[in-house]
Amino acid sequence: MNRGMGLAMIRNLVQRLIAPIDPPLMLIAGLLLLLAIGVMGSASPERLNSQLINVAVALVVMRILAQVPPQRLMHMAVPVYLVGVLLLIAVALFGDVSKGARRWLNLGFMRAQPSELMKIAVPLLLAWFFQKREAMPRLRDYAIAVVLLLLPIALIARQPDLGTAILVLAAGFYVIFFAGLSWKILIGMAVSALAAAPLAWNLLHDYQRSRIITLFDPEKDPLGKGFHIIQSTIAIGSGGIFGKGWRAGTQAQLEFIPERHTDFIFAVFSEEFGLFGNLLLLALYALLIGRGLMIAANAATLFSRLLAGAVTMIFFTYAFVNMGMVSGILPVVGVPLPLISYGGTALVTLFVGIGILMSIHGHRMLVQK
Amino acid sequence: MEFKNPQEELERFRSRLAVAGGFVLFCFTLLFIRFVWLQIIQHDYYQTRAEDNRISLVPIVPNRGLILDRNGVVLARNYSAYTLEITPSKTLDLEQIIDGLAGIIDIQLKDRKRFRKLLEESRNFESLPIRTRLTDEEVAKFIAHRYRFPGVDIKARLFRQYPGGAFASHLLGYIGRVNDGDLEKIEGREEEANYRGTDHFGKTGLEQHYEFELHGNTGFEQVEVDAGGRAVRTLARTAPVAGNNLTLTVDAELQRIAEQAFGDRKGALVAIEPATGGILALVAVPNYDPNLFVDGIDTQNWKELNESPDKPMVNRALNGAYPPGSTFKPFMALGALTVGKRRPEQLISDPGFFNFGGHHFRDDKKGGHGMVDMYKSIVASCDTYYYMLANDMGIDNISSFMGKLGLGQRTGIDIDGESEGVLPSQEWKRKRFKKPEQQKWYAGETISIGIGQGYNAYTPIQLAQATAIVANNGVLFRPHLVNFITDTRTGKRIPIEPQPARDLGLKAEHIDVIRNAMVGVNKEGTGARAFAGAGYVSAGKTGTAQVYSLKGADYRAGGVKKELRDHALFIAFAPADKPTIALAVLVENGGFGAQAAAPIARQVLDYYLLGKRPNAPAPADEAAVEEDEE
Repeated sequence: MNRGMGLAMIRNLVQRLIAPIDPPLMLIAGLLLLLAIGVMGSASPERLNSQLINVAVALVVMRILAQVPPQRLMHMAVPVYLVGVLLLIAVALFGDVSKGARRWLNLGFMRAQPSELMKIAVPLLLAWFFQKREAMPRLRDYAIAVVLLLLPIALIARQPDLGTAILVLAAGFYVIFFAGLSWKILIGMAVSALAAAPLAWNLLHDYQRSRIITLFDPEKDPLGKGFHIIQSTIAIGSGGIFGKGWRAGTQAQLEFIPERHTDFIFAVFSEEFGLFGNLLLLALYALLIGRGLMIAANAATLFSRLLAGAVTMIFFTYAFVNMGMVSGILPVVGVPLPLISYGGTALVTLFVGIGILMSIHGHRMLVQK
Repeated sequence: MEFKNPQEELERFRSRLAVAGGFVLFCFTLLFIRFVWLQIIQHDYYQTRAEDNRISLVPIVPNRGLILDRNGVVLARNYSAYTLEITPSKTLDLEQIIDGLAGIIDIQLKDRKRFRKLLEESRNFESLPIRTRLTDEEVAKFIAHRYRFPGVDIKARLFRQYPGGAFASHLLGYIGRVNDGDLEKIEGREEEANYRGTDHFGKTGLEQHYEFELHGNTGFEQVEVDAGGRAVRTLARTAPVAGNNLTLTVDAELQRIAEQAFGDRKGALVAIEPATGGILALVAVPNYDPNLFVDGIDTQNWKELNESPDKPMVNRALNGAYPPGSTFKPFMALGALTVGKRRPEQLISDPGFFNFGGHHFRDDKKGGHGMVDMYKSIVASCDTYYYMLANDMGIDNISSFMGKLGLGQRTGIDIDGESEGVLPSQEWKRKRFKKPEQQKWYAGETISIGIGQGYNAYTPIQLAQATAIVANNGVLFRPHLVNFITDTRTGKRIPIEPQPARDLGLKAEHIDVIRNAMVGVNKEGTGARAFAGAGYVSAGKTGTAQVYSLKGADYRAGGVKKELRDHALFIAFAPADKPTIALAVLVENGGFGAQAAAPIARQVLDYYLLGKRPNAPAPADEAAVEEDEE
């Protein structure tokens, strides 16, 4: 082999490797990952290496999914959903208890958190479901979709894991919304949801209720339940316009911010990079979401559209719920800041979503051709 | 796809996407507004709160001032020791924590009891010691196990120590943990900031009276702390200023000799330097060990001290009020001379009793002392002389003169909570009783007042003060324990006294009469046995105060229960011509003054004037009989 051939082969290989990757999505996700590495280096430098490994794994998963054609995903929808539900039932029966919640399933060789799977499995199944109803979906179809959605949510909420339940519910709702459920019914559902709120209140665990109570008046319990929110709002507020500088946030460095490498990492970021940092972060998320919605708008099939739209909106839900809770306008639920918080599971889930978006974008022409 | 219009469907889908996109922008705008609110509009507020979080003012407790005797002997000092402390609010199961601690550090039942008492008296967020004076080994052991005990910590603290133990405890007093009453005092003087970090406060004695002198100025350290409250680094420091030292007028050696002279008897002794009012010794026995109170007294010791029939917590010198008995007679005589009711040489015939309205007030000596002048009335302690004198003077004259001598009033000594005693007068009786028939003063009641009985009740310090006034030719100096305060910052001495409080305007020749008679007491009278062979001329007067009234029967010490026996008293000053010391001694249930009280006075005067140290407590002189008393 001469050198020219070798180079060509390598170039060929690289091209095949990056071909399914959507450059704008990759660019935005890459910038967010850079921010993530920066914040992690301040919030918890000792975790930087293991988070880099998580990033590598997530990128591989993304790359694999980017190549999987949407039709294949559609075929996987039902089995994945069924496996997910079965695992959730198994968790309810045999799961490990940690911090008062039964979320983990010990598979002997690893511990799995099946609820995480449902964030993708539920929109996948519902998108498949609406694709199968070839005709204009009727009300009965929506009813079935709601049942398919609520089954895993009930199991997750029972664990209890309010954060994941909300994310899965949102993911499913987005599919139904994009599928075209009429505004009348949507508004009717919103009204009845409000009416059912007192009922739901009774079903909540004490710690979930207290989180909601604390949200409205965190100062009531400054050393207990309100501590998280008070300290994170102090961190954000004291950051000011330009922030205190990287690794110079007193709230973060002196450990006043709880869970500062996971759910409250935004407080660290915001304290050290200020309003400008926040604006940058919001802009990156908005671009990511905008690109995702664009992919959805141009997707080839109903399945692809619904899936792309829902997956995109999951990113929004993560980002909004997390920043809203850390800045004190939403209750504290366990939702990480997408692509930034420490933790492999959520990162992989999110890159599965990005991979799916890339796949849908890459295959947008195939059917029409 | 023939059932639906794909184009229309796509349009609708895209409109839904647009709605979703709009919703995203709306929500992000909400977040942005929130960020602007927190980071621009409320920035200053949160900046301050972040600084408050970060910076902690840690008080540095100053060294408490020392208490020294007049020769510089240390009576109260401080030492630094490690304590093991628990903050109850930071623990879940207190008992379990203590049990766990007991596994690695020696925690005894009395430590637990003391801790429980502290717990009842304190607020939950305070850090309370479970063990004090940890050894280095114990500190190391605990640190190795610290992770197991949240809310438990080792602290280095300064402790008060009274090296003499129970010695002089009633004058020194003690410090204890700050309670609500102390907080009020601190707030009353607006000293809250200065008391941040201070957890002890003077409770009695000099420690209480001079609390704000002894305390000093708290220093502060500005430290950066993390969320766990651990100091990360020091930003600024203001050094504390140690409290001022007290130098007393008290002579510790004299005090010790006086205390030991009592043996195991109860009583009080107050010795004053007449020319200044400085107290040379202030004894109240039994006493207690003030060290017990420093790190919180345990319930058992507390109960024992409070419930003991000997009442060791009572400062008898200031709070015990006793009838003065015959020690009252020199003051009566001086009063008579001053108001002109007697001349020294005026003779009275004593048949052994005084008849008042058909009632016989008996003299101790059967058949009486015969013809008695003022000198003899004091030297022989003739009761009849004073029955008659009291009757002649009347209660108004008596109470007004005794009032001038400071009897029945607080002396103003620099220890709080002194008792007033009782100076009987018409006014006093009106106030004391409720029923109109009891409020009236009967002339018959005046008779026994003359020999120091009846309603008369004075504290030993009042008797000592009155004696000092006589010794000092009628000029009163307020009795005080502190000679001067040394300002730690400047080293300057701030003298407390002496300023003559008042001059009674007594005539020198009157005082000479009394002095001569009191010298006679110790030379040829009731005090002669106790003062035989003394190398100095002293003036004294014995007294015996009735505890229990024996109707008609003769008093025999052996025949009465100990706690009903008479109190023995003695007042004295010496050297008689130029007194440097005046004192009053009281021995509770000691019997005759000559037997029990005078020998104690002799030991004190011997040491003070001659430097002679006794080799045993003053023996009760069973052979001495006060034939003239009761």
